[in-house]
Amino acid sequence: MAKMRQCAIYGKGGIGKSTTTQNLVAALAEAGKKVMIIGCDPKADSTRLILHSKAQNTVMQLAADAGSVEDLELDDVLQVGFGGVKCVESGGPEPGVGCAGRGVITAINFLEEEGAYDDELDFVFYDVLGDVVCGGFAMPIRENKAQEIYIVCSGEMMTMYAANNIAKGIVKYANSGGVRLAGLICNSRKTDREDELIMALAAKLGTHMIHFVPRDNAVQHAEIRRMTVIEYDPKANQADEYRTLAQKVLNNTKFVIPTPLEMEELEDILMEFGIMDVEDESIVGKSKEAA
Amino acid sequence: MSEELTRERAQALIEEVLEVYPEKAKKDRAKHLMVNDKAITQSKKCITSNRKSLPGVMTQRGCAYAGSKGVVWGPIKDIIDISHGPVGCGAYSRGGRRNYFAGTSGVDSFCDINFTSDFQEKDVVFGGDKKLAKLIDELEMLFPLSKGISVQSECPVGLIGDDIEAVSKKKAAEIGKTIVPVRCEGFRGVSQSLGHHIANDAVRDWILSARDEQPFEGTPYDVCILGDYNIGGDAWASRILLEEMGLRVVAQWSGDGTLTEMENTPKVKLNLLHCYRSMNYIARHMEEKYNIPWMEYNFFGPTKIKESLREIASHFDEKIQEGAERVIAKYTPIMDAVIAKYRPRLEGKKVMLYVGGLRPRHTVGAYEDLGMEVVGAGYEFAHNDDYDRTMKDMKDATLIYDDVTGYEFEEFVRQLKPDLIGSGIKEKYAFHKMAVPFRQLHSWDYSGPYHGFDGFAIFARDMDMTVNNPCWSLFKAPWQKPAAAEPEQKAA
Repeated sequence: MAKMRQCAIYGKGGIGKSTTTQNLVAALAEAGKKVMIIGCDPKADSTRLILHSKAQNTVMQLAADAGSVEDLELDDVLQVGFGGVKCVESGGPEPGVGCAGRGVITAINFLEEEGAYDDELDFVFYDVLGDVVCGGFAMPIRENKAQEIYIVCSGEMMTMYAANNIAKGIVKYANSGGVRLAGLICNSRKTDREDELIMALAAKLGTHMIHFVPRDNAVQHAEIRRMTVIEYDPKANQADEYRTLAQKVLNNTKFVIPTPLEMEELEDILMEFGIMDVEDESIVGKSKEAA
Repeated sequence: MSEELTRERAQALIEEVLEVYPEKAKKDRAKHLMVNDKAITQSKKCITSNRKSLPGVMTQRGCAYAGSKGVVWGPIKDIIDISHGPVGCGAYSRGGRRNYFAGTSGVDSFCDINFTSDFQEKDVVFGGDKKLAKLIDELEMLFPLSKGISVQSECPVGLIGDDIEAVSKKKAAEIGKTIVPVRCEGFRGVSQSLGHHIANDAVRDWILSARDEQPFEGTPYDVCILGDYNIGGDAWASRILLEEMGLRVVAQWSGDGTLTEMENTPKVKLNLLHCYRSMNYIARHMEEKYNIPWMEYNFFGPTKIKESLREIASHFDEKIQEGAERVIAKYTPIMDAVIAKYRPRLEGKKVMLYVGGLRPRHTVGAYEDLGMEVVGAGYEFAHNDDYDRTMKDMKDATLIYDDVTGYEFEEFVRQLKPDLIGSGIKEKYAFHKMAVPFRQLHSWDYSGPYHGFDGFAIFARDMDMTVNNPCWSLFKAPWQKPAAAEPEQKAA
């Protein structure tokens, strides 16, 4: 069988990484692929649509309850959901305490040691917290882990800043390991000329916009039921969009070391598309009264 | 040593030693090595200190945790020090410093027990605050006679941002005892020195003002010993002299010290500072806040002890000044007898020192009392105010080395061939293998005390039995005999 492909999904917080990942994975599973999702976010909401649960028991929580991570078995942490998708959540502390990054490292090390990455798998997807704030959240893209990175973004300015920053992180690890940027997924927010804008950004980064996922309330309807669109309403147009995305990921061969933009270049694109006004240097740093 | 150490020779030696380094390292290390020149009053003109050690060299330095837990807090006997973090820091810093205490271990004294929160992976991920709170409850149940607790942060606690201050405040209110959070994570600063400072600041913020408004039956003769860690009983040998001259020692910081003593220290009339490096911060603070003067003193060797006793007495009335003279008169014949016994055996011997806070300069006088000469001295973690003082105490044209590397120290010893080295456990066996007599000047090598008149008698005996030990000539194996002997053997 083909070699297992490991993919990581990054993107600005709130952009829809977890929803996109689970719908994409559900479409892959529907197409007969064996997939595992590893949630790398202390919120542990990367698998709820596949498992129909509020939040899965996490590796770190179970380890804390059992005493230490060495006391756990793979069966304790691995659950199977829609389409035979295997689900694991690394878990981590509540906001403001401890070290979530270390939780990701510990959980992934545990999965490796326990043989979670078995030969039957076609895909492993890492759904990673918004920003790569420390070494722990870069764990999924280190050597022998994810080779393909998909960045979820939209036509909103900050998501593109985030995408560019993530590209910078990929460059660092691309040189020491084999990680490559595999494409931008545009999760539409219905801003003007969104598709053109993301395609322009993708071109500058040396990659492509792998798919434009339109905005559709079907996603919300499914989510209320803790389901993916694929499972909740297989006939919906949106389900087909995710199937198309899945096909494009399956056939994707464009894996690049990205060429991140300088801040000025990025702002030039934003100005070109009217997202950002041309800067007026004469008003910078002047208070309302002074002006 | 075959030839006299001249300025030219010492300078040439430094240059020769530096020769092996790459350019950048040479430039850095050159700033830390100097030949003493008594004409210069400010050390900053000729030596750099308290800087990050060079990567790749063998440095002997410790970390901020070592400075706080190991040096300043550890010896306070009725406070439990929690090594907060993984188990190693606490385990490997337990019982190595020989700070004696009077008390019952595990009942009212806790210096020689390792208390640790033993961090596991889950504590790093989820934070260790809950575990710390539980640990404090358990300590309170198991050791109800403890007077307080200090939380000594190890590295992970600082990395993950645990709020040990909040836990300490909450639990202190619950158990009704002092709990002091100390932010002495090992990665802070360049050596243990910052740990001393952090520890001093924690004492200032969480302990010192506890009894400010409370009544205290003071006397005009109340003093405090600062910076004596009672290694091998040092503080005891110092305390009796102060008491014999009529002073009342209210507190000992921190060797054989107690929390109550520390809280009462702001009531004393004079702070006596032995280890300047590790406790000058709190002395300065008490001077500013409580108007308590402080002075440095030196209780190594009769010459310096006599000087110090007279200087201490000069801060008090005639009664104390007479007391000092009485003490000096009482001990002088005893000290003369010690010197008469050992000086002939040690006269002219050369010493090289590499130690920590005060000993590289404070022991110079004691060696000179025995007719010995200190030809090189250096500190692991000194600042330039230490070198200002050292340059006065050392002879002209002697070697001074800051944060000396293993290689530099060995080369200096090879070239200068001292009769005795005084340094620590990390250096000891390297020099033993080079057949150079060696004494540990951190821990007194299972001996001590060395402070005070009583201590000097032991100091003199120990130096003699080390320098004049017959073992040093037996280090060469039969097959390592001088080359001249070989042809004869072949012929035979």
